[in-house]
Amino acid sequence: MATRYEQIMARKGEIMVRALGMDYAEFERGPIAFDYEGMMAAHGYSLADIRGIQRAAGVGGTPLLELRNLTDLVRSYAEPGFGARIFVKDEAANMAGSFKDRRASMSIHVAAKKGYAGVIAATSGNYGAAVASQAARAGLKCIICQETFDSRHIGQPEIVEKSRLCEAFGAEVVQMTVGPELFFHMLELLDETGFLSASLYSPFGVSGIETLGAELAEEMRALTGAPPTHVVVTHAGGGNTTGTARGLKRAGATSTEIVSASVDLSGLHMASDTDFNRKSFTTGHTGFGVPFATWPDRADVPRNAARSLRYMDRYLTVTQGEVFYVTEALAKLEGLERGPSGNTAMAAAMSLARDLPADATVVVQETEYTGAGKHHWSQLAFAREQGVEVRAGDPADNVPGTAIVIPERPEQIRAVDFDLGRMHRSYVRNALSRAPEGYVPTPEDIVFLAEDTNTSPATIEEIIAELRAG
Amino acid sequence: MTDAVRCSPGDWVEVERVLLEVAERAVGLPADTAAQPLRVWVKGYARSEAMIGDTIEVETMTGRVVSGHLSAISPGYTHTFGTPPAEIVHIGRDLRARVAAYRAAAAAVAGGMASPEAGE
Repeated sequence: MATRYEQIMARKGEIMVRALGMDYAEFERGPIAFDYEGMMAAHGYSLADIRGIQRAAGVGGTPLLELRNLTDLVRSYAEPGFGARIFVKDEAANMAGSFKDRRASMSIHVAAKKGYAGVIAATSGNYGAAVASQAARAGLKCIICQETFDSRHIGQPEIVEKSRLCEAFGAEVVQMTVGPELFFHMLELLDETGFLSASLYSPFGVSGIETLGAELAEEMRALTGAPPTHVVVTHAGGGNTTGTARGLKRAGATSTEIVSASVDLSGLHMASDTDFNRKSFTTGHTGFGVPFATWPDRADVPRNAARSLRYMDRYLTVTQGEVFYVTEALAKLEGLERGPSGNTAMAAAMSLARDLPADATVVVQETEYTGAGKHHWSQLAFAREQGVEVRAGDPADNVPGTAIVIPERPEQIRAVDFDLGRMHRSYVRNALSRAPEGYVPTPEDIVFLAEDTNTSPATIEEIIAELRAG
Repeated sequence: MTDAVRCSPGDWVEVERVLLEVAERAVGLPADTAAQPLRVWVKGYARSEAMIGDTIEVETMTGRVVSGHLSAISPGYTHTFGTPPAEIVHIGRDLRARVAAYRAAAAAVAGGMASPEAGE
């Protein structure tokens, strides 16, 4: 007899069609290719429409700040003539404290317009607070499913803080122990309530981030006379990279280099009960960043609107210790107490800016609110309680889950390039493995894979030939 | 979180239940996770009087009725900012000094170049 888990998972398709507010089937072109731009445009909202919806919802229009002290700090150890100007888009100024308000505002708009009584989202991050806040404004009910505790009922303090904030905004928070069956319970709740699935990965949500890219391109033009040369994005599921890059392009910033950045959590298993409270970062890490980039359709929607390899020009990783150091530096030098997860891109930006000429401009495209539980002191104290060593030293010696090494000097902050070619190969392997046995990719599939990796059909043919040769 | 052990109808409480027993869990989990049941905690308004540990129904903020073992009465939050780690506290002073030194040196160079005596 099928277990309850198996019964619900078998009804996934039926539950999701009703809960997603759109039919994805019309965009499918075969086992591999689908019409991505058609899916993204299907909601019919222009960038101007989205801005209007967000303005009405109290979202966006956040300050763009030049970080002159941080820039001079980097110049103090960069080679003469180097040390790009560093800027930040202070997304913590959104109502619920992060850029996630932009995503949530669109999902909530759609839910209200289509007559859903409420929304459900599975998220342990800032997105839950954003959905709860926007739902409160729209008079909709809201359930947030969170992976909060390990099997000892010890909560990761950052996620516990997110539980608190979601409840503060009137959401029902369903707190769970570690495991991917969070998705199963979300399906049960969608089935029970008939609410909209406010997925992070819907075209509504990802389109909502395009305003962030467009705003920062326009604000940089006003401030410096040109779009930024580089935008650094804290990267997890890929929505932030995708939406920001799309918005930059829409605003005409076609030559801006898109640099994604994640905290290196290699060696830790994302579904492990014992690793859960040893990560010290709940998002913006490689545990989401690599799997979602190399297989976006692992998400809770049939086709993920967040497809970061389409837009990523570089992927940098930084260490836990580097991000905690930069979080403290940002507060003390710039009067901005934020993060820490959102400061992942800030750590990468400091390393990047050091190697760029002084007339280059680097924009870190988000901050997030901080507070009890989220704060870097809180995370470091918690890491120590979980048996993780915290010490000063060379951040290259940082070992996720074992030792957090706080740099002794800013020169020690050195982001590491992740091999994009390796990610492209991994993506193509994953795409092929989802097609039926013996399926031969069509020319349309090859073009799709090239677009989805921002490579060429020739590169895709080479990768396929390599994979076949085994 | 109060120390009360008995709730009254209408009190804001938390219930706990097992969502999936070990045998019901998804396949392919890491061994440490697979060895534990999947548990869930939900808060709501108590629908009856109960003692901690009793099975009770609550009505959640969305109006759902959920049953479970009463696990807390007036469940609150106690997470903190922690204490300043020794590895962190020096950063602000160090970096402010470095920025000041960099600017002083840059100003000295600029000042030197602009000085009328510099070329003489």
